Amino acid sequence: MLYAIPIALSVTLISFILVYLAPGDPLNAIAPADAPAEVIASLKSAYGLDRPVPVQYGMWLLRAVHGDLGTSIASGRAVTGEVMGAVSNTLLLAGFAAFAGVLVGCILGALAGYHRGTWIDRVATTISVIGVSIPHYWLGLVLTIVFSIWLSWFPAMGAGPDGSSEWLWNVEHLRYLVLPALTLSVIPMGIITRTVRALVADMLEQEFVVALRARGLSGRDIFRHIAKNAAPTVLAVASLQVGYLMGGSILVETVFAWPGTGYLLNTAIFQRDIPLLQGILLVLCMFFVLLNMLVDVLQPFIDPRMRRN
Amino acid sequence: MKLFRKQLSIWLLVLPLGFFLNSALHAETIARYGISMADIPLTTGQPDRGAGAYQFTGHTIYDPLVAWESNISTRPGKLIPGLATSWKVDAKDQKKWVFTLRKGVKFHDGSEFTADAVIWNLDKVLVDKSLQFDAKQSAQVRPRIPSIASYRKVNDYAVEITTKEVDALFPYQLPWFLISSPAQWEKMGKDWSQVAVHPSGTGPFKLDKLVPRERAELVKNSDYWDSKRLAKTDRIVLIPIPDAMTRVNALLNGQVDLIETPPPDVVPQLTSAGFKLVQNVTPHVWPYHFSTLPGSPWTDIRVRKAANLAIDRDAVVKLMNGLATPAVGQMDVTSPWFGKPAFKIHYDLAAARALMVQAGYSKEHPLVAKVIIAQGGTGQMLSLPMNEFMQQSLAEINIKVSFETVELENLYLHWRSGASSDMNAGKGITAINLGYVTADPFYGITRFVDSRYIAPNGVNWGGYNNPKVDALVDKIRTTFDTKTQDKLLSKVHEIMVDDALMLWVVHDVNPHALSPKVKEFVQAQHWFQDLTTIRM
Repeated sequence: MLYAIPIALSVTLISFILVYLAPGDPLNAIAPADAPAEVIASLKSAYGLDRPVPVQYGMWLLRAVHGDLGTSIASGRAVTGEVMGAVSNTLLLAGFAAFAGVLVGCILGALAGYHRGTWIDRVATTISVIGVSIPHYWLGLVLTIVFSIWLSWFPAMGAGPDGSSEWLWNVEHLRYLVLPALTLSVIPMGIITRTVRALVADMLEQEFVVALRARGLSGRDIFRHIAKNAAPTVLAVASLQVGYLMGGSILVETVFAWPGTGYLLNTAIFQRDIPLLQGILLVLCMFFVLLNMLVDVLQPFIDPRMRRN
Repeated sequence: MKLFRKQLSIWLLVLPLGFFLNSALHAETIARYGISMADIPLTTGQPDRGAGAYQFTGHTIYDPLVAWESNISTRPGKLIPGLATSWKVDAKDQKKWVFTLRKGVKFHDGSEFTADAVIWNLDKVLVDKSLQFDAKQSAQVRPRIPSIASYRKVNDYAVEITTKEVDALFPYQLPWFLISSPAQWEKMGKDWSQVAVHPSGTGPFKLDKLVPRERAELVKNSDYWDSKRLAKTDRIVLIPIPDAMTRVNALLNGQVDLIETPPPDVVPQLTSAGFKLVQNVTPHVWPYHFSTLPGSPWTDIRVRKAANLAIDRDAVVKLMNGLATPAVGQMDVTSPWFGKPAFKIHYDLAAARALMVQAGYSKEHPLVAKVIIAQGGTGQMLSLPMNEFMQQSLAEINIKVSFETVELENLYLHWRSGASSDMNAGKGITAINLGYVTADPFYGITRFVDSRYIAPNGVNWGGYNNPKVDALVDKIRTTFDTKTQDKLLSKVHEIMVDDALMLWVVHDVNPHALSPKVKEFVQAQHWFQDLTTIRM
C-alpha cells in the first residue's frame, strides 16, 4: 500500500511541471482575452499564481494531504466535487464497457483458441484486430449516425434525459449508455480476445490437457481446467484495461458529451486549470494503484500456486 | 328524457375536448438549446467565456443599466434604456454621468432594485476590499468598464459615475455590467458559489436548475418589468455540447431544438432534412493583423494593400459553405462606422502583383513572413483550412507565409504581449490571425488604432501610431452627439482601410440551426442574442 505514495507524488509533481512547461496561462480560463496587464497581475495574486512554482506545488500538496484538492480556477467550484462527479459518471460508463469488452473478448478468444486455424479463428481474430485498430472517434460517430439518427434507437449524446445528476436505473437512462459503452468496449474486447486466444491455444498443447483427455474428461471439464489456468493472466490484462477505461476516453466522452473524467481532463488541460488537473490525476492514479492491489489480492484465490510462492 | 340524453352526450363530448385543449394551451413550452461551450457560463452576474456567453447566463437572468437592443434582426441594434431609464453627462464636468434608475423593478428574490444595488454591484467588481468582492466576476467585467474612476449614490433612484477622462463612448461599456441582487447574496450566506446555484437578477428568465457542465434550465419570469421582452417560451434548457458534430447529431436526433455554430460541412444535410439555418451580419472579423513596427515586412503600405487584393473572399465564403461574408474593412459595409474608404478592397491579382513589383519583390526575391495562428477555437472559424487558403493565395503574389501554430489560449498571450515582445519579435512573427469582436466603437475600432493602446497597454498589437488617428479618437471621446460621433468613427475606419492596417478576409455570421419545432428566433446583428424571442 505504501508504494502508492511515491507513485502519487511523482504523478502530481510531473503533471505540475508539465503544465508550467507548456505554453499558455491558467488565467486565460478566467480573464477575457484582452484583459489589461493590471487585471492579470491582480488575478495572479488572488490565485497565488505569482508565487514560485515549488511554493505553489508545496501549498497544493499540503492541502491535498488534508483532503482539500482546492478550487478549480476556471469554474470556481470545489475540485473534489468536480472530480467525484466525473469519476462516478466514468465508472458507470467504464463498468459497462469493461463488462461487455471482457465478456465478448473471453468468448471470442476461447472460440478462436479452441478452433485455431479454422474460419472461426479467422473471424474472431479479424474482429479483435478491428477492435484494437479502429479509431474511437470515427466508430462513435458512425454508431451515432446509424443508431441515433437513422434508426432513432438510442440518444446521440448526454448522460440521461435530465443530466447525470438525476441518473436512474431504468431503460430510459440505460439507453444513454449503450452507444458510448459499445464504442469504448471495442479496444478491451480486441485485447482480451487476443490474450485469451493465445492462452487457450497454448494450453491446449500442454501435457496436462493431454492427460485430462486421456483420463476421459469431457470437453466442458477440460475447458474448466483451461479457464482456471488462464484466469490469472486474463484478470491482470483486464484490470489494466479497466484502469485505462477509468482514465476516460477523451474522444469518446467528447463525441457523446458524456461528463466523465476524460471530458474533464480535456477541459482542464486546455484551460491550464492546474488544481483541477492535479485533482483528476491524483484520483485516477489512486484508482489505478487500488485496482492493481485488488488484482494482487485476488490472484492467489484464483491461482493457488501464487499462495505457495 | 331524450333531450337530457342529447345534452348529456354533448357535454360528455365537449368536456374532455375542453380539458384537452386547456392542458394543451397551458402545457409548458420548452426549447432545448445546444450551445458550443464546454460549461455553463458563470451565473453569478458577470458571465465568463467571452461575449457570446452573455446571451446565455447574462442578459437572461440579469439586466444592465444601459442595454443593447438585441431583439431586432433587420438593422444593427443600438443602446437602449435598461435598468436606467435615462442617462446624461454633466455639462459642466463631462466626466460625470448621472443615471436615472427605473422604479418598481424587483429582483427574482423579491427585493427591490435601487441605487444601493448599483453601488453594491460596482463595489462587487471594482473594490477588492469590499465584502462582496468576487475576483472571478471582477476579472470578467473590469476590462470592459475601464473608464470608471468613481461613483456615488445621488438618491434612491439615481447614481453618478465619474470617468477617468472625458469619454463620450462610456455608455457603450455598460451593457457588459450586470446587476445582481445584494439580498440574495446575503440570503446565500454571502457565498458566491451558493449564489451561482440560486442566482437572482431582474432579467426575463430565472435560473431553475444548474448542473455544471451539463445543463442550465431557465424559466420565464412572468413578472418581468419590460412587457415587450417577456419570454415567448416557458423554459429554455441550455446544454453545453462543445463538439460541433455532436451538436449536429443531437439536433438531427431531436435531443435539442436549436444549436449554435453548425459546422459548414453539414449545412446541405441540415437544410435538406428540413432544418432552418439562421444567420446575420455579426460584429466579427477574421483578419491578419500586421506588425507595422520597424523591421516588419508589412511596414510598406504597398505590400499591405497587395495582400488585401490577393484574396478571393468569395472563395473563402464558399469554403465556409456560405457561413461567412466577405470583409472589405474592419467593419461590415452596413455598419454606420464603415464610411467611404478610398482603398476599395477586392480580388485583383494583377493589381496585387504590380504593387509587389513596385515594392521590390519577385518570384526570385519573395517576401517572407511568419504569421501566428490558432489551431481552432471560438471566433477562429475553420482556422487551418482558411489559413492554408491564405498561404496559397499570398504565394500567388510572391509572399511566402509560414505559420507558428498554437492553441487559442496561447495565441491570446502572444496577442496581449504585442508584436514588439520577445515572444513575437524574437520568433520572427510579424502578423497575427485572431478573430476580433467588433461590437462597439472601442471593441471594433479605437482599441486597434489608438497609440495609447499599443501592446502591452492594450491590443494595438502591431504598434500602429498615427497622430491624425489619435486626434480623431480624442475628438470622438469628447463628442456626445451620436451622429457626429458616428461620422468621426467612420473617418477613423476609412483611415484604417486606406492604410490597410490589417488583411481583412471575412466576417462570421454567427449561424444557428433550428428544428422545425422552433417557430421564431430573432437573430440580432450582435453577439448578444435575445433568448426571449425564441418561440416554440
